[in-house]
Amino acid sequence: MAKPLGFEKPLGMRDILPESLAKQRHLERSLRHCIERWGYEEISTPSLEYYDTVGTASATLTDRMFRLLDKQGHTVVLRPDMTTPIARVVSSLYKDVPLPIRLFYQANVFRAQEKEAGRNAEFFQTGIELIGDGSVDADAEAIALAVFCLRAAGVETFRIAIGHVDFVDGLLEDVIADEDTRQQFRQFLYERDFVGFRQLLETIGIDFEAKKRLDALLRLRGGKGKIAEARALAGDGKAGQAVETIASLWDSLEAYGVTEDLLLDFNLIINLNYYTGVVFEGYAADLGSPLLGGGRYDQLLAQFGRSAPATGFAIKMDRLLTVTPSVKGETTERILLLYTEKRRQEALAKAQQLRAEGVVVITRLVGGRAEIAAENGQGYSRVICMTEQED
Amino acid sequence: MAFFANEQKLTIAMPKGRIFEEAVHFLQQAGLEVTAELQDSRKLVIPVENASLEFILAKPADVPTYVEYGVADVGVVGKDVLLEEERDVYELLDLQIGYCRMMVAGLPDWKPTDSPRVATKYPKIASRYFREQGQQVEVIKLNGSVELAPMIGLADRIVDIVSTGRTLKENGLVELEHICEITTRLIANRASYRMKSEAVDDIAGKFLEVIPGRK
Repeated sequence: MAKPLGFEKPLGMRDILPESLAKQRHLERSLRHCIERWGYEEISTPSLEYYDTVGTASATLTDRMFRLLDKQGHTVVLRPDMTTPIARVVSSLYKDVPLPIRLFYQANVFRAQEKEAGRNAEFFQTGIELIGDGSVDADAEAIALAVFCLRAAGVETFRIAIGHVDFVDGLLEDVIADEDTRQQFRQFLYERDFVGFRQLLETIGIDFEAKKRLDALLRLRGGKGKIAEARALAGDGKAGQAVETIASLWDSLEAYGVTEDLLLDFNLIINLNYYTGVVFEGYAADLGSPLLGGGRYDQLLAQFGRSAPATGFAIKMDRLLTVTPSVKGETTERILLLYTEKRRQEALAKAQQLRAEGVVVITRLVGGRAEIAAENGQGYSRVICMTEQED
Repeated sequence: MAFFANEQKLTIAMPKGRIFEEAVHFLQQAGLEVTAELQDSRKLVIPVENASLEFILAKPADVPTYVEYGVADVGVVGKDVLLEEERDVYELLDLQIGYCRMMVAGLPDWKPTDSPRVATKYPKIASRYFREQGQQVEVIKLNGSVELAPMIGLADRIVDIVSTGRTLKENGLVELEHICEITTRLIANRASYRMKSEAVDDIAGKFLEVIPGRK
């Protein structure tokens, strides 16, 4: 690659200028305010983690991590998500803190990108983890909180799609004996290639009924009514249990009063080997990519030595920014205070007094009358001149 | 359930070129009001009155890009483009039109060489295929008239789509290996698939009705 020019940044890295950052911070405050009232406490973890611990346990693929060597020769990674570091903390520093533990974060994570625009390699997330509660009501809490977060952020139209990994797995296990073939089907679902899924269905030589069951999976998407359809399809095994979990989850979400923003999607696969139960993904009108993602990951904590069920989600702040109304500039008064050397003490004291009152004060030392006259006061609510006494 | 029914306006990306006419015919059969305007127009964005539909006409290779980024909700595009572009979209239906084959072709007297070179408009498909075959080849990307390459000695083989085989024949080439079948697909954006699920299902349902050879 050519030597970078002065204005260039590494692929996928972005500057956030004051106007955008003000909006992002405003959104972060709204989300924080919402999340804190559900009893979640904020946590911060290092930007760098060992590849052998957080790196290998993370749901992010290794080739998408930024890897580097520390001075001791260990491979370290820029954290690809916040869930894995939190699992590390809960299993070590917090190992004696009783479960359940509720934590949230507002942090940047890093994932190397290969393609072009719109894919940030560093992006900000606001997310929560509910660790140590394996109940369906913990799943409901995570989803309901996600809904309330999006409402708090001012997203007008959104939907959260909900699925369950055991439904897909159970159905495949019922119908197909060979694990490699099942994996192929999962891969097609993960790649959202329904055509490939149906073509594979035609070639593997299973009976008509079985074929119909798997084909129906591709259309199991909609409101509460889909639960009955799913139940009819599932049988009594693993898939059947998953349907009952979803049914119970839906009841709980009805109690939260959030179901109008939800959509059941029984073929939803977010990550191939990471999630272990209920999964969900959020979308907004006029946004091509998901706004948030999450689900149950009951195997992760054990990798750090403290086996515990867990669920959580992360909101992508850059995407949230594009679908929320712009914030009105806070109507704080902005004063420009011009002063001469002689009146410096008096002027700076005055500035401090005004700032204490909550006013924004910008001070500037001026030399003479010409300089004062040149200041047109644009961008300020008021200009105060503390210059030589009238002479 | 009627979710936000009034907001379900659908933008469809259509590929200009090889499969355009067949695709338009397909849409008409499916009962979509595709006017002559769409076929003749030089406009790139064409709204359809009282159908809450809008068409974007795009180069085939750009259709999955538009759909991935969500500027089009759904798109009609060949599997060749999907395999080459590797975009993150839903592939909902095989429309069974625009049929052709992805082939390796070469001169009739082709023999394996020490440094095999393959010319193609589909570098990703070609690289992936030869890798799977356990062959290391150099891939040369061309933007058209790929059949020329073996004749003028630029490459010893080509990878390209073949429908009747006439172009190959006219250029003195023969089909050497069959990579895969290509048909036209209906694709959908990840978010539109959820946010406009009714509209997407509606159009997929209409398409399904008219897919040739459907049981």
